[in-house]
Amino acid sequence: MTGKHRENYNRNYLNYVNSFDPPTKHTKNCYRAFMVGGFVCCIGQFFRYMLEMLFGLSGDELAGTVSILLIFLGTFLTGLGVYDRIGRNAGAGSIVPITGFANSVASPAMEFKTEGLVYGLAAKMFTVAGPIIVYGVLAGALTGIVYYILGLFGAV
Amino acid sequence: MFAEYFEIIFMFFKAFVVGGLICTVAQVIINFTDLTAGKILVCFMLAGVALQALGVYQYLVDFAGAGATVPISGFGYLLAKGGIEGAKEGLFAAVTGPLRAASAGVTAAVIFSFLVAILFRARTKYN
Repeated sequence: MTGKHRENYNRNYLNYVNSFDPPTKHTKNCYRAFMVGGFVCCIGQFFRYMLEMLFGLSGDELAGTVSILLIFLGTFLTGLGVYDRIGRNAGAGSIVPITGFANSVASPAMEFKTEGLVYGLAAKMFTVAGPIIVYGVLAGALTGIVYYILGLFGAV
Repeated sequence: MFAEYFEIIFMFFKAFVVGGLICTVAQVIINFTDLTAGKILVCFMLAGVALQALGVYQYLVDFAGAGATVPISGFGYLLAKGGIEGAKEGLFAAVTGPLRAASAGVTAAVIFSFLVAILFRARTKYN
């Protein structure tokens, strides 16, 4: 079989296989993502009010402490194995909030602990979250440099 | 007194709707493409950086509070905000500003993940 035919063959076969898959439940998935994502954000808002009223935090300190608490929650639930269960049903609702970022750091760290503390736990810790920090720092530094150059010309 | 309570409850409502909508957009993208969790996170973080660089995301944060800062786009917002604020001080602060602003989140993720990995064992996944 030549390349072109094989491609068609593969495509037909994949279509055939996919026709047996259960159809993706778009509405249900989106509803769950909305509810779980909204709920996590409400927990964040609750922490915000609590820290503001009880400890009088404000500004950057308040925002930072709220994310620290949420990250603690995310890693702790990952450790207990609860977060994976939530994630199976909530989809993007558990990935996109900062707790999902925490989960993506803690989960490989736990899993690869058996390969050692240096080359296992520490090295694999950022397999998923590493790209976020790489591109985040790149984009953030680029933004800073562009604003600095614009500032030299008095544009900002 | 009543107005104050109403304001707090309305703030929760706004946070719920905006945060939920950001997650729904991600879910729609996952449903119609084959992007994995890592790529979704990078895309949303970059969207947060871009929106804040254009000065839009700040309005969303003022409107929805935690609804805008808790999703990963809020992390991008923090990075861009650090860069923009650093740019007023000079080139050095412009380059170091993003990580300085995001240091709380990254440090917390490293410390708590290390402790959790030491204390807990990985469970069998029931996927």
